[in-house]
Amino acid sequence: MGLTAGSTGLHAIDHALFIDRNTVDKIIALAGNPNVGKSTVFNSLTGLNQHTGNWPGKTVTNASGNYTHQGNTFTLVDIPGTYSLMANSPEEEVARDFICFGCPDTTVVIVDATLMERNLNLVLQTLEITDRVVVCVNLMDEAKKKKIQIDIHALEKQLGVPVIATSARSGKGLTELMDAVSAVSFDRVRHNPYGVIYDKPIEEALHLLEPAVSKITQSNIPARWISLKLLDGDEVLIHSLEEHLGERFCDNTLLIHSLNQARLHLAANQIPQNRHRDVIVSCLMKASEQIANKTVRILKVNHNDRDRKIDRILTSRRFGLPVMALLFGTIFWLTIIGANYPSDLIGTGLFWIEDRLHALFLSFGAPLWLDGLLISGMYRTVSWVVAVMLPPMAIFFPLFTLLEDSGYLPRIAFNLDNFFKKACAHGKQALTMCMGFGCNAAGVVGCRIIESPRERLIAVITNNFVPCNGRFPTLIAIITMFFLGSVTGVLKSALSALILVSVIVLGVVMTLMISRILSKTILKGLPSSFTLELPPYRRPQIGKVIVRSIFDRTLFVLLRAVSVAAPAGLLIWIMANVTVGGASVLTHCAVFLDPFAKLLGLDGYILMAFILGFPANEIVLPIIIMSYMASSSMQEISNLDTLRHLLVQNGWTWLTAVCVMLFSLMHWPCSTTCLTIKKETKSLKWTLVSFLVPTVTGMVLCFLVAGGVRLIGLDESSSFLSFLKA
Amino acid sequence: MIHENYIPLCFLPIGQKARIKTLTSDGNARRRMLDLGLITDTIVEALQKSPSGDPTAYEIRGAVIALRSEEASNIIVEPN
Repeated sequence: MGLTAGSTGLHAIDHALFIDRNTVDKIIALAGNPNVGKSTVFNSLTGLNQHTGNWPGKTVTNASGNYTHQGNTFTLVDIPGTYSLMANSPEEEVARDFICFGCPDTTVVIVDATLMERNLNLVLQTLEITDRVVVCVNLMDEAKKKKIQIDIHALEKQLGVPVIATSARSGKGLTELMDAVSAVSFDRVRHNPYGVIYDKPIEEALHLLEPAVSKITQSNIPARWISLKLLDGDEVLIHSLEEHLGERFCDNTLLIHSLNQARLHLAANQIPQNRHRDVIVSCLMKASEQIANKTVRILKVNHNDRDRKIDRILTSRRFGLPVMALLFGTIFWLTIIGANYPSDLIGTGLFWIEDRLHALFLSFGAPLWLDGLLISGMYRTVSWVVAVMLPPMAIFFPLFTLLEDSGYLPRIAFNLDNFFKKACAHGKQALTMCMGFGCNAAGVVGCRIIESPRERLIAVITNNFVPCNGRFPTLIAIITMFFLGSVTGVLKSALSALILVSVIVLGVVMTLMISRILSKTILKGLPSSFTLELPPYRRPQIGKVIVRSIFDRTLFVLLRAVSVAAPAGLLIWIMANVTVGGASVLTHCAVFLDPFAKLLGLDGYILMAFILGFPANEIVLPIIIMSYMASSSMQEISNLDTLRHLLVQNGWTWLTAVCVMLFSLMHWPCSTTCLTIKKETKSLKWTLVSFLVPTVTGMVLCFLVAGGVRLIGLDESSSFLSFLKA
Repeated sequence: MIHENYIPLCFLPIGQKARIKTLTSDGNARRRMLDLGLITDTIVEALQKSPSGDPTAYEIRGAVIALRSEEASNIIVEPN
């Protein structure tokens, strides 16, 4: 749920990174395997709030920030986590291209102290491109807990570049890291980087190829590495290189000749072209193994036992899915029960202020229209948004972040993968779906973790089927008002949570169904290969999580909602108070939309609220309230009971409530999400499809439900429970 | 040179370890396996199946990686 000012909206999509070389002294790249704590190191050094979480793949773009050390300014670039620099996916391409062509002064490779063997592979690959490297062995605290000892000095000797031990979460070792980065950037250390020696046939082939490559590279990219990539047949990189060097390789006869010779030589040694990569990777892996054997001691054989025990419950056949439902149910229950009282309190407070403001305006002798426009229109809508949104968000976000930090999200993907496979979709879609709970725009950006373009599109198109935090409060309010009439106390909130979970399950089921339909029609294809890393469980830093999620997420989302609500409130007030031919503009619009809206079980005001809510879903319910109030006698609403009364007065039945919930779950994505989809897919067509698929689905479903219920004549009663009793 | 003991990884019983012999996939799928460190003679352990029986989590070089049966069937191993 990568939800910060930088991760949603237009910032999130900036692929290319422009750094003004003149204003900073040095540029530093932060590389590393997924989930080694790169973003934590980045945040600690820059003081920024790049989103962190315990799951691989949450940083999908380059993010940058500055820090000052000993009077010099450094720009730190957080590049996406990758297992290798062989670029199998878009994020790996971003990472590799930055190290190769971004010309960083130093590349910091962050490695996971508990997984040295695999992580060293990336270090060795980086050393083949540049010797200006600092290796940062992070998560030393976790290694210590697991009784894994790392001989940092021996490692430094082996690798021939500075190696620093850190525990970024507690800030240990970061000063030393900055010292080392500064030393490398200003050429104050001597490098003697470890060079991987490949099997004899590969070395001989490189020997044949290198002279021809050296002739065309005047740049700082080593000829040996380019030769390796040519043997590997890495087409994407070759293309990037051609662009960078301004020369087409296939036009260079000497190069083509040498490459053919090298390939023939390998073929003569029983290494066919499609196995070049195997041999290269094996050599790298064996070198990593050797270094790890010399520098890492694992004192406890079963150091992962605790995680295995937890997994045996959380992902077991019997408990896996029930525990998941229970966890989410509990989060919603805490949100509902905790938000109730503060919501009332904030509402009362804000409306008390409204009365004072009215009085103030009157005492100044302000004209009535100005008072109406600013106070009854703008201020009141904003108050509603704050009262309805703030409490649930301030509770939901920290709870969800705790879940995210603990490492549970990848387990959700693991539990649900089979359903996604059956829908011919990608297992990681479960992760992008979870990000959608926070914000659908963030979820859409997150779809980059899915490598196959077809499955990525499916994930983008269906992301809107999970309700974002802007829609939760609407759903919660409607559930509380219409489905739990006479129930009180703990049971009431528990039932609300249960209904909310059912709504979300419906969203997930729709996601799967629509994914499958897309796979069988406009996005035909089979599921692609899928690997998912399940990271170790980590104890979340509770204090930090609460502070961070309230300041970074809650306030950011609230501000965005308020900035949309204020002009929307103005507009609504104008529409309600400008009359044309005896009726207000608002009424004209509502009357115009009404026949169609009635078919969907809604009414004209509701449908118009959804349309006006296009910039932000948070304002849909407040707009409905404002519209009804503008055309009704009721002027004071302080809690959900009076609100329910207002809605019933305007003809709401339990069927209206169901249809509003269905339509809230399934309608067009908000404007931010649409823009993000446009940027991500670079296609108007797919943006349109993403707009239409949930809209049409929601309309069809609402139509069927409303029509069906009316057909058997059950929609008379205004409360679901009283209907049950009757 | 297929030995009679060799089986696809997807048939490795939970809790058992095996040694990787060959990969039979190609292209991108093969590359991804190699990146995870799945080269000849790497030891893997089948840890746990997901609630619906697929994918399965394996321990590979200290990390826990979930693979769908399609991927695991392209990895030929020799059980220990």
